Amino acid sequence: MKTRMRPAIALIAASALLGGCSMLPTFKPIEPWVKPYERERLADPIMKLSRDSLPEKHFEHVRDVREAARGATGVQGGGCGCN
Amino acid sequence: MAATRRSNARLRAGGVARLRGLRAARRRAALLRRLAGLIGGVLAASGARAVDLPEDHAEALYHLYNGGGVTAQGPALLVRKSIADKVSLTGTYYVDAVSNASIDVVTTASPYRETRQEFALSGDYVYRDSQITVAASTSHEPDYVANNGSIDVTQEVFGGMTNVSLGFSRGSDRVTKKGSPEFQDHATHWQYRLGATQILTPRWLMSANFEALSDDGFLGSPYRVARVFGAAVPERNPRTRTGRAVKLRLIGDLGNRDAMHVEYRYFRDTWAIKAHTAELGYSRYLGQAWLADAYARYYTQSHALFYSDNAISETTYVSRNRQLSTFNDGSLGAKLSYTVRKIPGRYEVKLNGAYEYTRFKFKDFTDVRTGSLYGYSSSVVQLYVSAIY
Repeated sequence: MKTRMRPAIALIAASALLGGCSMLPTFKPIEPWVKPYERERLADPIMKLSRDSLPEKHFEHVRDVREAARGATGVQGGGCGCN
Repeated sequence: MAATRRSNARLRAGGVARLRGLRAARRRAALLRRLAGLIGGVLAASGARAVDLPEDHAEALYHLYNGGGVTAQGPALLVRKSIADKVSLTGTYYVDAVSNASIDVVTTASPYRETRQEFALSGDYVYRDSQITVAASTSHEPDYVANNGSIDVTQEVFGGMTNVSLGFSRGSDRVTKKGSPEFQDHATHWQYRLGATQILTPRWLMSANFEALSDDGFLGSPYRVARVFGAAVPERNPRTRTGRAVKLRLIGDLGNRDAMHVEYRYFRDTWAIKAHTAELGYSRYLGQAWLADAYARYYTQSHALFYSDNAISETTYVSRNRQLSTFNDGSLGAKLSYTVRKIPGRYEVKLNGAYEYTRFKFKDFTDVRTGSLYGYSSSVVQLYVSAIY
C-alpha cells in the first residue's frame, strides 16, 4: 500500500510545483471561478468585514475587558490588558 | 457439481471484489487529480496581479461606554497616508477617561477616576500580492503601562479569490498599585494568528480566523479581592494562561442594495473557560446617502477553574473576578452612516453614529449588597467622522 501511495504523492507534489502547467494535461488546475469583473458587488463598502478601524477597536476593547474570550476577531491587537 | 457451483461462486465473488477494487482505485485517482489540480491552481492562478495599498483615510471618534457603574469616554483619532504608493503610515491616538464605581469598587474600595492614553503607529508595505503590516503601540494609565508590537502578512492567492494572513503580536505590561510603591509586577502576552478570506460566489464571501494567545506574569488586578469563607482576601491567579480562538464569518449581498452577515467564535483556555459568541447582522442602503446596519450578538462563557463566588476551601488560586465567572450577555446594535460629500476617485466624507445596548446576566456572581445574582445593562455610543482622500 505504502509503495503504491508513493508515486501518487510524488505526482501531487510535482503537479503542485508545476502549477498545473501543460506538461500534465490530465491535472487541469481549478480556475478561480469568480472572475475579477464579477467582483463589483463584493467591492461595495456594505460587503466589508471591517469598515472603520477606530469604532471596531473601541468595541473590541469594551468586550475584552468584560468577557474572558479574546482573539480571532480579525481586528489587530494591541492596547492595554487593564481590567 | 456442488464443487463446480462453489468454484463458480468464488470466481464471481472474486470478480465482484476486483471490480469494486478497480472502482475504488479510480475514485482515489480522480480525488488525487482534483486535489492536485486545486493545489496547482491555487499556486498558479495568482499570476501577475498586485494588491493595492489601503486608501488614505482619517477617522475622528467620540466614544462612550456606560454600564455597571462605569463610564468610559473620550476622543480617538486616526490618520492614514500613503508614501510613494508603496508604504502607508497610520497614526492613532486614543483616550479613555474612566469613572469607576463598579460593583467591585463600591463594595470593596472607593470610586475613582483615571485616564488611559494610547498612541499607535503602523506601516503597511505592499509587494506584488503581499501586504506586510508592522505596528507598535503604547498605552499609559497611572498604574498600568502596556507596550505592544505586531507584524502581519497577507497574501492574495488563487487569482485574488483567497486572501491568507499570518500575524504575530507581543505585548509587555508593567503593573503597579496606587498607594503601594512596593508593588510592581509585569505581564507578557504573545498572540499568533492565521486567517483566510475566501470569495465563494460573486455575492458571498467567508472568512476563517484562528488565534493562539499566551499570557505570562501578573494576570489579575492588585486591587481586586476574593471571598474565602466569607472573608475578603487578595485574589490569587495563575501566572500563565493559554487560549485558542477560532472564528467563522459569512457575508452575502442579498441583491436589493442590502447585505447580511453571520459570525461564530469559539474560545477555550487553560483556565477551563469555554466561550461561544454568535452574531447576526443586516445592512441596507437608504437612498443614495444613507447606510444603515443592525445586528444582534450573543455571548456565553463557563467559569474559570479557580473562580468562586465564596470559596469554602483554601486553594492555591482563587478569584472572584466576574469576568471569569459563568455568565452570558446579549446585545442589540445599530449604526447609521450619512455620506456628506463624495467625489469618486478624489474624496468622500461620512458622518456616522452607532449605538449598542447589552444586558449581562451572571450565574454565579452574587451582589453582596442584596444577596441575589448580579446583572446589569450597558450602552455604547459612537459618533464619528470618517474621510477617504
